[in-house]
Amino acid sequence: MNFKYSFLAILIVICSFLSCTKAQVEPEIDPNRKGEITLNFDNIAGTKDLKLGENYTNAAGEQFNLDMFQYYISNIKLKTEDCREYVVPQDESYFLVKEEDTKSQLITLKNVPEGNYNSVTFTIGVDSLRNTMDVSKRTGVLDIGNAGMAKGMYWSWNSGYIFVKAEGISSQAPAGPDGQRKFRYHIGGFGGYSSKTINNIKTKTLDLGRDRAKVRQGKNPEVHIIVDVLKMFSGATNISFATHPTVMFSPFSVNIAANYVNMFEYHHVHNEQ
Amino acid sequence: MKNKLLLIAFLVFAFISCQNQNIEPEVQFYVPKNFPQPVYDLSKNPVTTAVFALGKALFYDGILSRDGTISCGSCHQQQSGFTQHGHDLSHGIDDLLTLRNSLPIQNLAWQKEFFWDGGVFDLDLFAVSPIEAHNEMDETLPNVLNKLRNHAKYPSMFEKAFGTKEISTERFLKALSQFQLMCISANSNYDKYVRNEGVMLSTEELTGLQLFKQKCATCHSGELFSDFSYRNNGLPVGNPEDTGRERITLNEQDKYKFRVPSLRNVEATRPYMHDGRFRSLEAVLDHYEKGIVQSPTLDSQLKNGIALSTDEKQKIIAFLKTLTDEEFMNNRLLSEF
Repeated sequence: MNFKYSFLAILIVICSFLSCTKAQVEPEIDPNRKGEITLNFDNIAGTKDLKLGENYTNAAGEQFNLDMFQYYISNIKLKTEDCREYVVPQDESYFLVKEEDTKSQLITLKNVPEGNYNSVTFTIGVDSLRNTMDVSKRTGVLDIGNAGMAKGMYWSWNSGYIFVKAEGISSQAPAGPDGQRKFRYHIGGFGGYSSKTINNIKTKTLDLGRDRAKVRQGKNPEVHIIVDVLKMFSGATNISFATHPTVMFSPFSVNIAANYVNMFEYHHVHNEQ
Repeated sequence: MKNKLLLIAFLVFAFISCQNQNIEPEVQFYVPKNFPQPVYDLSKNPVTTAVFALGKALFYDGILSRDGTISCGSCHQQQSGFTQHGHDLSHGIDDLLTLRNSLPIQNLAWQKEFFWDGGVFDLDLFAVSPIEAHNEMDETLPNVLNKLRNHAKYPSMFEKAFGTKEISTERFLKALSQFQLMCISANSNYDKYVRNEGVMLSTEELTGLQLFKQKCATCHSGELFSDFSYRNNGLPVGNPEDTGRERITLNEQDKYKFRVPSLRNVEATRPYMHDGRFRSLEAVLDHYEKGIVQSPTLDSQLKNGIALSTDEKQKIIAFLKTLTDEEFMNNRLLSEF
């Protein structure tokens, strides 16, 4: 029994030694030097690349196409294999990824300390603090008067940002007054200002497994993240366009948020040689 | 020569006096003596004459709406205590009806949340809502900013107010806030009475005040005549879609609760309630006396209604009319023309 334990202890020591040396055998890493890293949010639908206007089928068996799909990514944190954490400065850590805008799908972070990164954490949506900040702190994609925001990622009647927005057409959705069979999902809710209400702020950590995003001065690795929109409509609750064609600020929205936290998946990394 | 000197002296004098007349007093925010400290953080948006002037121009300009027809002043008319006179539900663009009766713009620096349901918690963020509501101004904020950028007079007004011609969301919203912050109503007969400024209330009004304190001031408390809480005051459900505070909190217990409104200038802000269903103060008091409808979220204070005799109602109304602030509703500083 003793032997078993000492064996285990030795094993742990060796392991930790190995993982320690690993960092040491790469002497080129100097956290004081800065590089860049790009997160590529690649929207897909199941096995296909997502294209606005193309037909797909959800888990409930309903055909649909999207004419809008966009979401906030914020509060990004990166972790190296030797557990150093890099937190992107708060004011620079808000991004709006839009399917209609390819450039918005590439989030490039600058001034990142050199390191072998194996974990990426981000918020899907906008944290509650920023939701209540002075208008001077709402710049860039958070600027409610910015034309890029014109498609309304903000509820003006119930102050707060919309975190994820998906709109499209499904022949199973009921026809509206204009005859169109639209579905609209505007998911937000930061928990309430003076009274508690729904909180759909979700945090996601993506583990790169055995892969490393090697950030070095002058090198910009690209972490490829796939975002499967079908998972927004399936999971613990399968979403039917027929029964829930419109979900906005409502208790049901928490089911969609619980689904979409699972639509983000790490795929691969490109390291620059 | 002597005549010439006299003429010059006269001209100089005339010039100076003309100049004097042109100097408008500096616009300054102030806290009336009988008021508490404001909720709005004025240090992040200090009121100045130039920013106020910009905010006032924006407030009265239809450029904020899609087709140029609706300004903030359309639904918030100074003569009616900055409400829309004679409408139960306010009318917006294309004469579309809105959900509710427009609230007065007064003493907003003392208010922590806005709208009947408290959906907006920062005065600076308020204006986006009427601008973008399809049945109010039906415009987008980015579009408004672009129209202002291409306007003949606004870029220089922004420069005068903020130092550069840049027209940003923050500058636009904070200028509008400044106009609203300056809508301070604190010169009613009641105010002058409580501040001992030489105004006496009549016996009827004073009795009304005492009755008001006993029967109404639990909710309409303090010098702003509201505790700014959300309550169900026993109205029969009008529009079942409009569940009031519940729309914001999604909490069943907030169903059909609306904010307790201030009663300042209440005489001028007819009709009453969130949907403007009562056309007179008599009708309001009749409701509290005998119109209360029981429901799960009815305010516990109102379970048995409020006992009020006809005589008591008259006296309370006499008191409520002492809250009318004619100086405020006729203040040239705040008026459109």
